[in-house]
Amino acid sequence: MSRITRTLALIGSITLLAACSSPAASPATTTDPTTGDATPEATTECARENLEVSNEGRLTIGTGNPAYPPYFDFPADDEEAANPANQEDPWALGDPTNGRGFEAAVAYAIAEQLGFSEDEVDWIAVEWEDSWAPGPKDFDFNLNQTSYRPERAEQVDMSEGYYFLNQALVANAGTPIEEATTIEDLREYRLGAQIGTTSLAYIEDVIQPNEEPSVYDDNEAAIAGLDAEQIDGIVVDLPTAFFITAAQMDNGAIVGQFPPADGEQEYFSVVMELDSPLTDCVNESLADLEDDGTLDDITQEWLADRADAPLIGN
Amino acid sequence: MLDAGASGAGAIPPLAPRRSRLGIGGTGTKAILIAALSTVVFFGGLTLIVINAPGWAQVQRSFFNGEVFVESIPRIVRGFGTNVRLFLIAEVLILAWGLVLAVLRSTPGPVFFPVRVLATFYVDLFRALPGLLVIYVLGFGVPALQIEGVPNDRFFWAVVALTLLYSAYVSEVYRAGIESIHPSQMAAARSLGLTQLQSMRHVVVPQAIRRVIPPLLNDFIGLQKDTVLVSFIGVVEVFRAAQIESSARFNFTPFLVVALIFLVVTLPLARLTDMLVAREQRRRAAGFR
Repeated sequence: MSRITRTLALIGSITLLAACSSPAASPATTTDPTTGDATPEATTECARENLEVSNEGRLTIGTGNPAYPPYFDFPADDEEAANPANQEDPWALGDPTNGRGFEAAVAYAIAEQLGFSEDEVDWIAVEWEDSWAPGPKDFDFNLNQTSYRPERAEQVDMSEGYYFLNQALVANAGTPIEEATTIEDLREYRLGAQIGTTSLAYIEDVIQPNEEPSVYDDNEAAIAGLDAEQIDGIVVDLPTAFFITAAQMDNGAIVGQFPPADGEQEYFSVVMELDSPLTDCVNESLADLEDDGTLDDITQEWLADRADAPLIGN
Repeated sequence: MLDAGASGAGAIPPLAPRRSRLGIGGTGTKAILIAALSTVVFFGGLTLIVINAPGWAQVQRSFFNGEVFVESIPRIVRGFGTNVRLFLIAEVLILAWGLVLAVLRSTPGPVFFPVRVLATFYVDLFRALPGLLVIYVLGFGVPALQIEGVPNDRFFWAVVALTLLYSAYVSEVYRAGIESIHPSQMAAARSLGLTQLQSMRHVVVPQAIRRVIPPLLNDFIGLQKDTVLVSFIGVVEVFRAAQIESSARFNFTPFLVVALIFLVVTLPLARLTDMLVAREQRRRAAGFR
């Protein structure tokens, strides 16, 4: 299913790309490894000098703080990672500026496509509501695991998908909910999710548990609810499930992953101000990254071992 | 009544011109006309500035979206039910526990010193602590201890937290009321042979409470709005319900629904408070005539 939707999305992006006027799309836009410089086949409007960015000559990218693994990651060196002083201000947990982690890598790859080198990228911390409130933005674009929804795209520009994901169920190991194998089994349990997530929508629309789901500000609070035995399970996206069971919970277990709601695979979008001049160029960059395999490579590198869990069937 | 002479409020000149409660600032038709005109010009001008702003179309879509408004009402109203249960139950407990604290703080004599210290410490502590912290500790921390027999129900702990927090404020309101009662009242009661406690119960506290009803209603309105804090421990109440609708659509309109609900609930209370204040003033002023 994932493949099919992916291909469909790809076809969509290519159509959009064609509409976006680039006659020579893909292979020419790869990076020259010797210089490290991006050499985009400059369609005039997406050429760097024609891009309208908020800070002249720099690309400003936003994400949430704390920046969570595996979307953003610690420094590669274990010793460095252990010392919070090595995190660049103001970042907590992952540090986007080091380019490590899935979304950091995607962001730098897009930046390269747009003609910005690594040291021409600035990261800013953006509050969740701030990322989609109306009006001018401090960032040129924002990557913060934001799932596409048509009604959301009426308020801000949302790009084509850069990651297609499934939701997953996390619980404390050894609790009865771990035995659940179907969505039907889960109805009797008390479930929770983070506010604003499609995970919450998944509980309400697909699982439809007997008890109204609990809604938390962040996954830390949801875990506290789990520890206080006020809920039995948390629904999060699968890569996050791997992170919180490994790093944030003492006794966490992934019960399984869910099939897509209504067969429609959910995907993360880059968020930009409504009618941003960058939107078409970001979509074009993503299509190029998809075509030349870069996006696949990044996904493999950061999320490959976080994409497999038993399926909780209908 | 004797007590009228004891308070500053009693000194209001009884012959001051009667004013409209909203305070138009004058009398007669001319004043009303001027007030009406200036209101129209002010709010009309403001409206024109807002709707002609370059970003108005987007602000309207994001904050004043009719479709989102209607669609988000059911969930938000359902959420508000939780707030109503929460503040009604908590308010009863707060009024009782706050009064106990105030009376404890007002006990006289060296024997009761430790009681006064404890009550004072309690009030200082719970007025200083951020409400959210208390809610987190009680809502998440205590159940996580997993002590046999201690409930882990979030609604229960939300009520406890709000009671602890608000009773500190309310006890100070009561105490102000108690201290505003002239000592001669207590002296007169004692001379009739009533004990300290009886004098408090039958003479001082009834007069004190009557005086502090307006500030108590004020705290009640505060409590109603602070019930949204319990959303932090995962209880879906009115604010959390609005956040859910808001985040799902990237639209702020659901918060407008919340604002209107609170307005509808608090406005009558605010007018009731004004009415009570006015009645109390008339009643005391009448004591002079």
